[in-house]
Amino acid sequence: MKPAPFEYHRPSTVDEAVGLLGELGDEAKVLAGGQSLVPMLNLRLARFEHLIDLNGVEGLDGVDAGGEDISLGALVRVHDVALGAVSAVPLLTQAARLVGHPAIRHRGTVAGSIAHADPAAELATAALVLDAVITAIGPAGRRDIPAASFFVDYWQTALELDEIITSVRVPIPTTPGSMAVRELTRRHGDFAIAGAMCQLDLDGDSIRSASIGLFGMGPTPLRATAAEHALLGQRTSSLDLTDVVVTPEHAHPSTDVHATAEYRMRVCNHLLVEVVTAACEDGAR
Amino acid sequence: MTRLEVLITVNGETRGAYVEPRQTLADFLRDECALTGTHLGCEHGVCGACTVMLDGVTVRSCLIFASQIRPDQSVVTIEGIASSDGSLSVVQQAFRDEFGLQCGFCTPGFVMAVTELLDHNPTPTRDEIVDALSGNLCRCTGYQGILRAVEHAARELAGGPGA
Repeated sequence: MKPAPFEYHRPSTVDEAVGLLGELGDEAKVLAGGQSLVPMLNLRLARFEHLIDLNGVEGLDGVDAGGEDISLGALVRVHDVALGAVSAVPLLTQAARLVGHPAIRHRGTVAGSIAHADPAAELATAALVLDAVITAIGPAGRRDIPAASFFVDYWQTALELDEIITSVRVPIPTTPGSMAVRELTRRHGDFAIAGAMCQLDLDGDSIRSASIGLFGMGPTPLRATAAEHALLGQRTSSLDLTDVVVTPEHAHPSTDVHATAEYRMRVCNHLLVEVVTAACEDGAR
Repeated sequence: MTRLEVLITVNGETRGAYVEPRQTLADFLRDECALTGTHLGCEHGVCGACTVMLDGVTVRSCLIFASQIRPDQSVVTIEGIASSDGSLSVVQQAFRDEFGLQCGFCTPGFVMAVTELLDHNPTPTRDEIVDALSGNLCRCTGYQGILRAVEHAARELAGGPGA
């Protein structure tokens, strides 16, 4: 229950961090909040010769509001977001509140959760639902990766081994309040058995577009595209939820000690209706 | 493996040591500082027994390395909660009065979490208490005594009758 030995590096700039990562290759891992990485190290599910601690890197802890989007530096903690540091995007606030426990949220970072890419992670799913853009820097330079192409498989992302996430840019929804997040967990703060979140773009009471994310329902966070499509143009006051469903065509949840795949599907469909209904109600207020 | 020099302020006292980079803050506190009030249950961030304060907020001391702590940061452990004369803090006394512990293994972590909660939210609802303590596991009490202890401490700190 102790990590294998490693060399500790504490760069103070992004360039220095990228240089180290390039030089040390796949024997190195980036450490930010450490709330996913360190448990894996302690359990020796992972071991690295080198850890590159980003906590001393200047300029990664800011929340910068642009006109149409908000950029979160790689060291922005989940706790700050849960307290409303990104209040223009309430879906992110709500998602952050469901992550772990206070002591976990104090250290854990939003970008770290996205980089870890657990398929049941609320913040990874929020990034997908909100069409966030993940900015990464590597030896080849800087690139922007849309969340839609970021999550590849269980804990696997489009990030190259020598790249570091520097920020996550989240577009501000046009009707930010018309959103909802629901999840089923065994205990408060656990990873979800299944969950759903919804962000609507409303024009009066008409749904201009719907963005729905599902988590714990397959190898990555998913978009419920068929359900999104079924909501287009509907009125929030007279919803027809017949086609707002998830089927085995869209999601392949796994069976584990906590729940069967079939149960996850039932729960997810229930939560899907709940988030859509709640997002409509929130939008109407 | 190269050892690193660390200077860590714990309960107001600066302690120096040469540590392996992989030494967790929890092991630093217990092995280098002999502050064994910080307990290690799971060592992977689930049980909350090792909860300490870093710069005024609770963290899992098993999920942060001593080598990460800077000299200008401040760590407070359970040993820094009671007064120097040994008299219990309001939170600690409430745990005792309300039978908020049995074996006591998880109690240091709970006391840290409750101390933080009541600092930020002196009048928490039951739901808020449960949320704040959701990351701390207790295998003895069934939690009811702990919940009573938090409410008791909150009343006491507000200046009202505790019991």
